[in-house]
Amino acid sequence: MKTTHKIRDGKFSVETWEFGSGEPLLYIHGAGGLTGFDPFLEELGKDFRVIAPHLPGFGETTGGELIEDVVDAALFYHQLMDELGIPSAHIVGHSMGGMLAAETAALDVHRAKKLVLVGSAGFWLDEHPIPDFFALDLSELGSYLFHDPKSPIAQLFLAIPDDQEQLVEMYVERTKRLAMASKFLWPIPDRGLKKRAHRIAAPTLLLWGESDRLVPPIYAGEFAKRIKNTKTETIKAAGHLPMYEQPEAFIQAVRGFLKS
Amino acid sequence: MKFTWFHLMPYRYLPEGFKDKYRSVWVDIPRNLYDPKIGHRLYNDYLDQLELADRLGFDGLGVNEHHQNGYGLMPSPNIMAAAMARRTRNAALVVLGNSIALYNPPVRVAEEFAMLDVISGGRLVAGFPVGTSMDVNFCYGEVPATIREKYYEAHDLILRAWTEPDVFSFNGKYTKLRYVNLWPKPLQQPHPPIWIPGGGSIETWDFCADHGHQYSFLSYFGYKAGKKVADGYWKVMAKKGKELNPYSLGFAQVIAVANTDQEAEELYAPHMDYFYNRCLHVYNGFADAPGYRTPSTIRAGIVAQVGKEASLRREGLTWKDFVNDGYIIAGSPKTVRERLTEAMKSLNCGHLMMLQQIGSMPPELVRLNMELFAREVMPHMRGLWSNFEDKWSPKPLPDAERAMPAPLDFRRVETNGKTVHAASPAAHESRSAK
Repeated sequence: MKTTHKIRDGKFSVETWEFGSGEPLLYIHGAGGLTGFDPFLEELGKDFRVIAPHLPGFGETTGGELIEDVVDAALFYHQLMDELGIPSAHIVGHSMGGMLAAETAALDVHRAKKLVLVGSAGFWLDEHPIPDFFALDLSELGSYLFHDPKSPIAQLFLAIPDDQEQLVEMYVERTKRLAMASKFLWPIPDRGLKKRAHRIAAPTLLLWGESDRLVPPIYAGEFAKRIKNTKTETIKAAGHLPMYEQPEAFIQAVRGFLKS
Repeated sequence: MKFTWFHLMPYRYLPEGFKDKYRSVWVDIPRNLYDPKIGHRLYNDYLDQLELADRLGFDGLGVNEHHQNGYGLMPSPNIMAAAMARRTRNAALVVLGNSIALYNPPVRVAEEFAMLDVISGGRLVAGFPVGTSMDVNFCYGEVPATIREKYYEAHDLILRAWTEPDVFSFNGKYTKLRYVNLWPKPLQQPHPPIWIPGGGSIETWDFCADHGHQYSFLSYFGYKAGKKVADGYWKVMAKKGKELNPYSLGFAQVIAVANTDQEAEELYAPHMDYFYNRCLHVYNGFADAPGYRTPSTIRAGIVAQVGKEASLRREGLTWKDFVNDGYIIAGSPKTVRERLTEAMKSLNCGHLMMLQQIGSMPPELVRLNMELFAREVMPHMRGLWSNFEDKWSPKPLPDAERAMPAPLDFRRVETNGKTVHAASPAAHESRSAK
């Protein structure tokens, strides 16, 4: 269910989606944000207390002007955890959210009990450049995000509203989200995680869609190189959004790792 | 009414079928399409044209900054302005402008503009654009979400550098300097006139109104489409109780003059086609980095200058459409006089940025276009807005106090009593004949 939390004397009003009970699980979304239709969170709620906050610029969360870089973002998640009374949690981060999850875990090594990085950003390899996500047209995005861009779930993501007003609002929302994302990812998604990743103490699952063309699976190797205790798994017939394209396999992998 | 002769400096030899073969004229245009030998000739042709504009009595010579761009070969317009400072005499040097958020520290811009102002005897107009999204975000890597804040900070720093009497420290968010001390300082006091070129971001209207800067709307859509933006600007000015002085608005317009309307079509149509279909062929993903335009500008429905929506608007337009829709003002001197007067009146605009070299236009055609305009159009429009004071043109030194560059002599140079041949006159002349 949707909840609002005030942190830093109300400077941030944070919209969260929370499901279930048990060990806390903080889910950090990617640059696309949560969709409002995220059944995998509810599913994980059967085993965990899932907390999925919107970053400022996303959903109804405010305070974007206070977040200028990855350190500010990591502190935002620390403060939210304090407000919720959870000194540590399993942290699952996707794409840009993976980068921020890794920073959250590296800047305070006691925050993450276990860490799951899904198709995570954070590094740059000259030989495997990450496509310029910001310059991609909606018509091109499908082939980067999905194993099967023609599948019904992909079509749902890539739909463009006919109504002009809805289109403008969709465009404004996209602009707000990506404007925040650009603080971490523009023009090259490398903000120094390579200097800090070695600090991550939590056991870490590197989970990648086999056909991820946005952050290719080879990047899992960069995390494995720098983080002490990692395990890598790939999900078949999934691109950059395995939690939507192959939800069962995704949940099984996450649950299996966190419960083990 | 004032006329600035504006040059974009396009590459004139983009290949046939450019639009189908390549995705963008800007940002990632293939490098192998640029031939520096052709480039050498183009820069010199274009500088000749700007120098001619000075002789023909245009009020300003306009140059601007673009990067990695097949229709704008001026990554540094200051270099062009420096060349013009020595070889022109009367016209304002309208550098429109330097994307001040790109320079680290922005004091560099304050210094170079001061140099230009001093060299030219106080003829500089200092333009401070945010810069297009293609230039600042995609080519120069600035974060879209913070470029405006960085721009405002750079603006404040430059103005202080020009005006503060003593050395000062500047503790900005983006620039930190212990000693700011401008040597040289600008000749025009307190500083050269400041023009803010914009592509339609509505925040820029408030910014200009609040600082008393001139607003120059640089559109390629022409005066009919430009009215929406001009009206928006004047509404802000009125709301803030500012004088609705036409000289506080500049507007860019493509202009093509021939002896008759028919001749204009014959002479200029292919070059317009080159301009709109090759020069402005920009990949949609580069048109507008997310966060570059604010939600309020997006909601105001102002279409970006380039990109998919702009291209769709132009799709299938013929010469007649371009003329009728006001993208270009073209025809006989009489036609141009009438339409341009109508356009300037409808926009309430006192500073025209005229684009007379467009796309692939060769030098002889540019010359015809310029001379016809200077002789048959400009004098008839001079009186427009004569009841307003132009507070946004430079105030150069009086002629008697101005330095005169030594005359050019390419034939021989005396060194230590020996005569050497620096360059043959034949080599010089063959360039202009080409």
